[in-house]
Amino acid sequence: MSEPQCWQDVAPGTVAFGATALEVETGLWRSVRPVFDLNKCVSCMKCWFQCPDMSVKLGEGGKVCGADLFFCKGCGICASVCPVKAVTMRPESDFSDERDKHGANPGGVADHVK
Amino acid sequence: MSIDLKELIKKPNPLTQGHRMCPGCGAPTAIRQALMAVDDPVVIVGATGCMEVSTTVYPYSAWRVPFMHVAFENAGAGISGVQAAHKVLSRQGRAKEGIKFVAFGGDGGTYDIGLQSLSGALERGHDFTYICYNNQGYMNTGAQRSSATPLNASATTSPAGSVIPGKLQRAKDLTEIVAAHNIPYVAQTTLHDPMDLIKKVKRAVETPGPAFVNVLVPCVLFWKIDQGDQMKICQLAADSRFWPVYEVAGGKYSLSYKPKKDVPLEDFLRAQGRYSHLFKKGRERMDLVAAAQADVDESWKKLLVKCAL
Amino acid sequence: MSNKRREMTSGNLAFAEAMRQINPDVVAAYPITPSTDIPVRFAEFVANGQVDSEYVAVESEHSAITACVGASVAGARVMTASSANGVALMHEIFPIASAFRAPIVFGLVNRCLGAPVNIHCDHSDSMAERDSGWIQIYCEDAQEVYDSVLLAVRLAEHKKVLTPVFVCQDGFITSHCFEPVEFLADDAVKKFVGVRDPQYPLLDVDNPVSYGSFTMSEYYFEIKRNQIEGINNVPKVYRELSAELAKETGREYPMVDAYRADDADYLIIIMSSASGVVKDVVDEMREDGVKAGCLRVRFFRPFPKDDLMRLVNGKKGVAVLDRCLSIGGSAPLAAEVKAALYGLERRVPVQEYVFGLGGRDFYPKDAIDVFCKLADDNYSPSVRYIGLREKEEENVY
Repeated sequence: MSEPQCWQDVAPGTVAFGATALEVETGLWRSVRPVFDLNKCVSCMKCWFQCPDMSVKLGEGGKVCGADLFFCKGCGICASVCPVKAVTMRPESDFSDERDKHGANPGGVADHVK
Repeated sequence: MSIDLKELIKKPNPLTQGHRMCPGCGAPTAIRQALMAVDDPVVIVGATGCMEVSTTVYPYSAWRVPFMHVAFENAGAGISGVQAAHKVLSRQGRAKEGIKFVAFGGDGGTYDIGLQSLSGALERGHDFTYICYNNQGYMNTGAQRSSATPLNASATTSPAGSVIPGKLQRAKDLTEIVAAHNIPYVAQTTLHDPMDLIKKVKRAVETPGPAFVNVLVPCVLFWKIDQGDQMKICQLAADSRFWPVYEVAGGKYSLSYKPKKDVPLEDFLRAQGRYSHLFKKGRERMDLVAAAQADVDESWKKLLVKCAL
Repeated sequence: MSNKRREMTSGNLAFAEAMRQINPDVVAAYPITPSTDIPVRFAEFVANGQVDSEYVAVESEHSAITACVGASVAGARVMTASSANGVALMHEIFPIASAFRAPIVFGLVNRCLGAPVNIHCDHSDSMAERDSGWIQIYCEDAQEVYDSVLLAVRLAEHKKVLTPVFVCQDGFITSHCFEPVEFLADDAVKKFVGVRDPQYPLLDVDNPVSYGSFTMSEYYFEIKRNQIEGINNVPKVYRELSAELAKETGREYPMVDAYRADDADYLIIIMSSASGVVKDVVDEMREDGVKAGCLRVRFFRPFPKDDLMRLVNGKKGVAVLDRCLSIGGSAPLAAEVKAALYGLERRVPVQEYVFGLGGRDFYPKDAIDVFCKLADDNYSPSVRYIGLREKEEENVY
């Protein structure tokens, strides 16, 4: 989606188009990051069901395979509900190199919608 | 009702990522779980509130399905109009058949300012489901008390002061008020068990006529809990009988969750900052805790009678 | 096409009859005097299977207009009616309806706003909504109500307009008095109004959109400016529609109804039913050698500023008669007229009057007095009240 630039560009009726929030990088809010130990994970799906941001990613066979960091706000619910302690919350500062590469661009476009 | 997990995880949720609810908020968990197993196309009307504001920050929308927000007090009327239009337009082949209608509101938009509009829509018998995501106060404006705020809770318009110990009134029992409309399906639940909410909303949506689901959800900022503690606190709410998990289907009451152990209300209260004034060292108000416990016990007893238990 | 029929009926029943012929998809309404006849008559049509509409008998006016907005946004053709406090209760939702570009057609039967409570006519209810972004049409009689409803449906739903319309008539005076009205045949109405073709209907589940977004300073201004364009397009679209309907009816209504205004020296500018009295008086004055004329403002939103400038230019004097107050300021019509006339090269003097509040009758002698004062060059800097009982000396505080 492109953001409307002037009044002639906005859709009439206050209309916004469906599912466009997928472009909004709420992951930028995060100060702590969930790190999944997939060796411990039993894919019980508790974290997947409970995540308010739908940021628990599922891989092959529907198994939990980590967090979608584009959206994950770092609330820690996944770590809290995990029955086998497969998720640890680590400060974002531990990942500062990666962060720089990622770039802080609110409302930037994620790979999945490019 | 059986839910196939394999199918469930494949379905895109009507609510998308990229919404701007606070980290750890219970409301998006509730709305997402609620809509998870609904197979029919849905159209949603939201009352003003955190959920509405945070999912529709223009020009973005976190709704994969049609969504309308009109104002604070009128989600019931709004969904009535949309559903009435659908009746006519689908009859004439101008809209798809089989669309389901879901309205949601916080407790402010449901218990308080929107009660009349909700009651009207229930009485008229529109085919829709209303979900109240109930965090027990006005969170969008900064934790003011509502009629859903429980006894003794400190909210910004019922603050715990040196004279007044938080809210002096018990919460309105909206689930019972709605049940008194004799609609086909009414339920109450919380975020202790995703399957309970998923199944209740699926049933509500698939039941012809009006249905209502009251979901207790924590607000991290008002309840003053850790961001990760959503499920834990909801489990305490259910186990302490503070928030009984039950349904009224076709007028018949049944308990959906029977607490296995006898958890005192105090455990639920101590886990939240909004009750911290009751437990201040040297200034404990165990009398108020006991009174609140008695109130919970009384309500529980009445509910058991209704459930014929 | 086919048979027109002429019947004795009232403004309310003419409105309801137009609704039957239009066969709207959804009507959501709540009773309030003097508009109650409209939903009551329409409910009979529904009960007798004379229309295919869904009638939503809501529990308040606030819910009525909200259900109308929901149904309209869903893609349905929607109509309703109300008056006075009902209109005031709906106020919160009117700007939302217009911003959603929901083409609702609304029978507004003018009644004054309390306190004190009073069921009779003035324009305080609709004038309070003049900035809600709706088109406002004020009708002189029941025939015009009927014709205007048909026009309003097309105007509201026109792709270049997409703006809800108030079709206003004077409570009791027009709404309840019986007079002859000519109705078109059902099939002629059906053909004229057609079927609504909605833009971004909410029920299009394959192309989901969100209405009523949370929009902060980054976009609010642009969205409002976009909305203005719809009402700016009204004069051009309306002229076309009015000419089209006139082919069926033989009746055409300009945005300002000018009566013997072209060669007039003095004009009364007025709205709705009271203009009938003024037109009679104009004829009388002409016989007495006073070149009187009348402008009846039919559209208050959009305000026909250019028409007013053209029609008033060069006149010796103008009196503006408002059936409404703006306490602490100029009454609405006077304020608009004066603002419009500001652009004239040569200033035309304007006297403000307020009349008919709470249903107070307006007599020919009142209009004669207004014209005589204009002819005598007798102006007051403050507003004059017609038919008010008051002491001769003004109380000076």
